[in-house]
Amino acid sequence: MSNAAAVAEHATHHHHTSTGLDNRKIGLWAFIGSECMLFGSLIATYLSYKGKSLVGPFPHEAWTSPQGETFPAILDIPVTSASTFVLLMSSLAMVLAHNAVVHRHKPKVTTTDRIIGNSSLWLGMTALLGLAFLCFQAYEFTAFVHEGLSIGTNLFGSSFYTLTGFHGAHVAVGVLWLTALLFIDRKRTLQPEDATNVDLCALYWHFVDVVWIAIFTLIYLIK
Amino acid sequence: MATTAATAPAIHATPVSKKGGVMSWLTTTDHKKIAVLYLYTALFFFIFGGLEAVIIRAQLMLPNGELVSAELYNQLMTMHGTTMIFLAVMPLSAVFFNFLIPLQIGARDVAFPRLNAFSYWVYLLGGIFITVPIFFMVAPDGGWFAYAPLTTNQFSPGVNIDFWVLGIQILGLSSLAAAFNFITTVINMRAPGMNMMRMPMFTWMAFVTQFLIALAFPAITIALVFLQFDRFFGTTFYDITAGADPLLWQHLFWIFGHPEVYILILPAFGLISEVIPTNARKPLFGYPVMVYSGILIAFLGFGVWAHHMFAVGMGPVADTVFGLMTMLIAIPTGVKIFNWIATLWGGNLRLNTAMLFAIGLPALFTIGGISGVMHSSPPAVMQQTDSYFIVAHFHYVLFGGSMMGIFAGLYHYFPKMFGRMLNERLGKWHFWLNFIAMNLTFFPMHYSGMLGMPRRIYTYDAQQGWETFNLLSSLGAFLLAIATAVFVVNFFWSKRNGALAPNDPWGAPTIEWSIPSPVPEYNFAKLPTITSRYPMWDLPSKDPAGVGTRAGRESGVVMETETFTAAELGIPMPLPSIKPLLAAFSIVVLLSGMFFLSNDSKMLALVLMIGGGIATFGFIVSWLSSPLEEHH
Repeated sequence: MSNAAAVAEHATHHHHTSTGLDNRKIGLWAFIGSECMLFGSLIATYLSYKGKSLVGPFPHEAWTSPQGETFPAILDIPVTSASTFVLLMSSLAMVLAHNAVVHRHKPKVTTTDRIIGNSSLWLGMTALLGLAFLCFQAYEFTAFVHEGLSIGTNLFGSSFYTLTGFHGAHVAVGVLWLTALLFIDRKRTLQPEDATNVDLCALYWHFVDVVWIAIFTLIYLIK
Repeated sequence: MATTAATAPAIHATPVSKKGGVMSWLTTTDHKKIAVLYLYTALFFFIFGGLEAVIIRAQLMLPNGELVSAELYNQLMTMHGTTMIFLAVMPLSAVFFNFLIPLQIGARDVAFPRLNAFSYWVYLLGGIFITVPIFFMVAPDGGWFAYAPLTTNQFSPGVNIDFWVLGIQILGLSSLAAAFNFITTVINMRAPGMNMMRMPMFTWMAFVTQFLIALAFPAITIALVFLQFDRFFGTTFYDITAGADPLLWQHLFWIFGHPEVYILILPAFGLISEVIPTNARKPLFGYPVMVYSGILIAFLGFGVWAHHMFAVGMGPVADTVFGLMTMLIAIPTGVKIFNWIATLWGGNLRLNTAMLFAIGLPALFTIGGISGVMHSSPPAVMQQTDSYFIVAHFHYVLFGGSMMGIFAGLYHYFPKMFGRMLNERLGKWHFWLNFIAMNLTFFPMHYSGMLGMPRRIYTYDAQQGWETFNLLSSLGAFLLAIATAVFVVNFFWSKRNGALAPNDPWGAPTIEWSIPSPVPEYNFAKLPTITSRYPMWDLPSKDPAGVGTRAGRESGVVMETETFTAAELGIPMPLPSIKPLLAAFSIVVLLSGMFFLSNDSKMLALVLMIGGGIATFGFIVSWLSSPLEEHH
């Protein structure tokens, strides 16, 4: 190469990637792998402390204290089933939001087309359902505290609140992320070129959902 | 523009980027400048941790030493371990991750340049957070492993452990962010033709290390969260009176802690796998097996954590399984050692300083490796555990292994980083002093340990047969300090006065040597096309007949002897940004706010945490919404 101009001919194409995937997507997958170990450690601790609490209240059976006070079983499976349903539906809304952004320019004929193609609606719906899940969790925590289980009561309280609290914090981050996307969508309408941005949020959101399925099964359903 | 650039000399004494000054460092997103920041910071902490060790050895030089109190000794011992592992050796490896990974795979930068800067700033601030307390005699004092329940409020009431818990959380954040970045970089940023089995061995070992970091650090994060909650919010994770398992911490800690050992050693293995073939002038023996053995070490590394816990009485089944798994790890490690020897065998050896350190690694690491295999047998380790024999073992693998590899890497890559050669005469002095002092310090510890001297004691009585060995160890430690001083002098002298380095001072085979030293900001003027594992050895210029190999003729690798500016070449470069630093600062404020939760100043804690949280969110939003690079 004798001069800069000759070299410059070859200097472009910096957005080429080895796999053809967006860098952020691979980074997020690595992050999710790491998160699996994080929730794995929390869930393993919960399970290894299952049935080891010296005093109640307990998750699945009533307990009478030495003073004669009676505490009901703490976990309320019907209520949590409802919140689980809400969270799973949020994943559906997330898929529709991504779909709406990808097919932004598809002609919309019927009312159904317009509803399905409304990205703001589905982004807002996902965030709202996530928020509803967090409200369920706030209600659940408040109710449990009133029933006599605080974070320092026993091993069950410590490991339960920490595990579900960590999951709730992840949902909260997701809601913030979705709100930011909704904000951008309202401001300048997300285009098919922005689909990766929505896709990344969706990947995170579905992961947080999958973790909840594991928690709901292992902590609530299995006695 | 082209004509002025074309007359630029092939060898540079000054960095190509003209922009200097403090702001250029605070806002840099260039992986090479970030590597230099890591280098200075980590060397500072290496010297700091070394001085702590010198005080420890001065205390133990003679029986009934009274230089420091028992309390201060505990702090020094804890901080020596914590500093060397988290603030010196890991970041010294990060120097090479940052500097070499993009250069070795033929990339212009890492996948996320600003996240890379963020990792560095979090590391620096976390390092300061955990180091400053020792000046006020309130440094962490629970050992680098901080076993709970010892570290719960009941047994460690002061603020010492709070500093450790929060400091390690902060440092973990830095390592995790860097791991995601490098995993993405290696998977996605390789030059055309650079398939996985053509990647240089350092990049391979660094890649494996990132998976270890990404998968091991969450376990300690959770262990620390539990401890933090126990200390701050009265949870019962480590409260034995509430029925807690006294081994919970040990399990979670060592699920992190054992992979951490490989996080410390694999990058050093990678570095000497670059230095040895270059200076033996032979391809690395058994390249694929070197790759597989590195992966196998990492994989098995997750299944051996409980060999740190043989003394707690886990029962014969667990002891046997973990003992066998541990012995198994000796196989891939042994394979690596034999492959380095086979690479040396019949080679045309050039014994420069880098090569001496690189040969020092297998020699010394093997001594530590063999005592490691002894520890894999539960009955044997019952005699050795908690004694100085263990201290001897892990210093042979960490000092004799990791640090030897890192020094080899520093001597080998200094010219590429700074454009000048390190002085060979001082280098040889450094190596031989270091080698002798290292053995003088740690070899006698095998004996004092076998004679029953326990680890972690701050003083000991005479007449137990330990005096001579302790005296030797202490003299060795003082000599190590002198050896390190020689290195520091060499470093700063050579940086100003060393001989100017050409592109490829060693005749090395990999593509980072095809570009000028120091490396221009854009790395490669023309991204190379890779057609073999050793592109530089295929070039016509390396061939007496001047034709090179077929792979060389087909490749796009050329010796780039001219440097331009990125603008002249039309290469978009990442813009400098202060936001990673600001985001790092606010997230550290947020985390350190938790420190006050346990100290009856809850308002201050809330102000710091909420303020830090809002600032973090704000800076991250503004970071993400500003463009990464300018387009020419």
